[in-house]
Amino acid sequence: MQQITRQPTVIRRTRAGKINIRSGNRVSLVLRSTLWTLGALTILAFFFFDYTGFRPLQAIPETLYNLKAMFLEPKLSHFGWGEAAMQVAITLGLGALATVFGAVFAFFLALGAAENLSVPWLSKSIRVVVAFVRAVPTVLWVLIFAIAAGLGSEAAVLGMLFHSVAYLVKAFSEAFEEVDPKILEALRSTGAGWWQTVVHGVLPSTFTYLLSWTFLRFEINFSVAVAMGAAAGAGGIGFELFMASGFYFDLREVGMITYMILIVAIVLEVFSTRLKSRVYSAG
Amino acid sequence: MNETVLKKRKFQMTMLFLGVIVLTYLSAWVTDYGFVSSLEAVPGAMVWMASNLLVDGEALGKLPDIMGKLIETVFMSIAATTIAAALSLFLAIMGSKTTMVNRAFGAVSRFVASLSRNIPVVAWSLILLLSFGQNSVTGFLALFVGTVGFLTRAFIETIDEAALGSVEALRATGATYWQIVSKAVVPQGLPQMVSWVLFMIETNIRSATLVGILTGTGIGYMFDMYYKTMNYEVVALITITIVLSVILIELLSTRIRKVIL
Repeated sequence: MQQITRQPTVIRRTRAGKINIRSGNRVSLVLRSTLWTLGALTILAFFFFDYTGFRPLQAIPETLYNLKAMFLEPKLSHFGWGEAAMQVAITLGLGALATVFGAVFAFFLALGAAENLSVPWLSKSIRVVVAFVRAVPTVLWVLIFAIAAGLGSEAAVLGMLFHSVAYLVKAFSEAFEEVDPKILEALRSTGAGWWQTVVHGVLPSTFTYLLSWTFLRFEINFSVAVAMGAAAGAGGIGFELFMASGFYFDLREVGMITYMILIVAIVLEVFSTRLKSRVYSAG
Repeated sequence: MNETVLKKRKFQMTMLFLGVIVLTYLSAWVTDYGFVSSLEAVPGAMVWMASNLLVDGEALGKLPDIMGKLIETVFMSIAATTIAAALSLFLAIMGSKTTMVNRAFGAVSRFVASLSRNIPVVAWSLILLLSFGQNSVTGFLALFVGTVGFLTRAFIETIDEAALGSVEALRATGATYWQIVSKAVVPQGLPQMVSWVLFMIETNIRSATLVGILTGTGIGYMFDMYYKTMNYEVVALITITIVLSVILIELLSTRIRKVIL
């Protein structure tokens, strides 16, 4: 009896009479509205721009000319090759310091932030703090530390450290949370303490992931260090880039410096891609 | 797992840690970095922040100005990301091994992406500043160029991951290239791609601050101006508005991501 009285399924049709297979699909609705909103905001954006001194007809040929001078006739004029290598080394050094310290701090904080290894209140509060720290642009951290701690590599490393820690805590704690609960349970049942579970259970099964994330962060920190040199006076190749373009207007030197940065960045990227593919093929 | 494997692993770990320690000391030496002085600086810096970075009434008076610049910056990041996404989608379809038309196009598009990604956004903004001058378009273009490279790499990975099986299935039915792209590759990869775009918008708002400092536009310029005139109350207010807008967008995109992924 029940089957007879049941209402027939409503078939929604489009205006053309086709069966509408998309109706009621929340995913596609959200997806579509996101795309439309982004499109609308993009069009709207051009009305909010400040166009002072913008002359596209002049600027485009000029850019092409500048790019030609930069990339086809690169030349160093204000410093030699030895100095240039030294500046690149400084930038790499700033990135490396921020990454190494960041990874160490992030490891311990991530242990506290991972839900399977920590207590809820601690994990929640670390997450909130980390989200806040991550939302402040790195350059603002560096500039703030520059006043508070004085200019120099200390301010740059501390500023970059803040952001690196926040980034790595998120990545590390997600890796920790994916550790097989059976491993933790097995260790706990043998009477292992918290540190013993971390050292013998969590660390071995996530170590390669942690390494690959850390190296990825080093890749990011290199370009951040270039930026800090240019925008916050942290020294290194970024500062030379800023001087060459902002003070000497020496396009050929800008080109040469850009080439140097590009080569280092590509080497780092290739290395980190290799590391990542090795990690994923192993795991 | 026998003893030699364990021994080898232990040896590798020891070497890795030694390498990291040597690297750290080398970096500290090159950059003239003092471990002790930086440790000492942290408490002082915290005290300084707590006592100087306080918003007062005078700073709040600047809020309308700040909001104007902030909105300009947010719009700049959204526009740069969305337009870059459209170009990246094209480059990624050309560059992905699953969908590429021919090897030459693939190589060219991957080369363009690599170039735009690996030249830091700072270098782009300084290069563009020379000819485009001090306005929003310079910042927009600098963000745009950097985003294209990143999104192309992300989209290529997405396409390779999501579409391999369905591309083969459609090809077997005799679908044309454009049918394959529009019916399989794009719809299957779309949620993941939108997620990347949202991530990039967040990142770009932070980068826009940096680009703004260098090119003299948007919220970054405002920050730099008050920073240089040591008006730290306004500096604090600007930082807070940036943080709030980034967190707001992060929350929004987390919610969207939860539904679509």
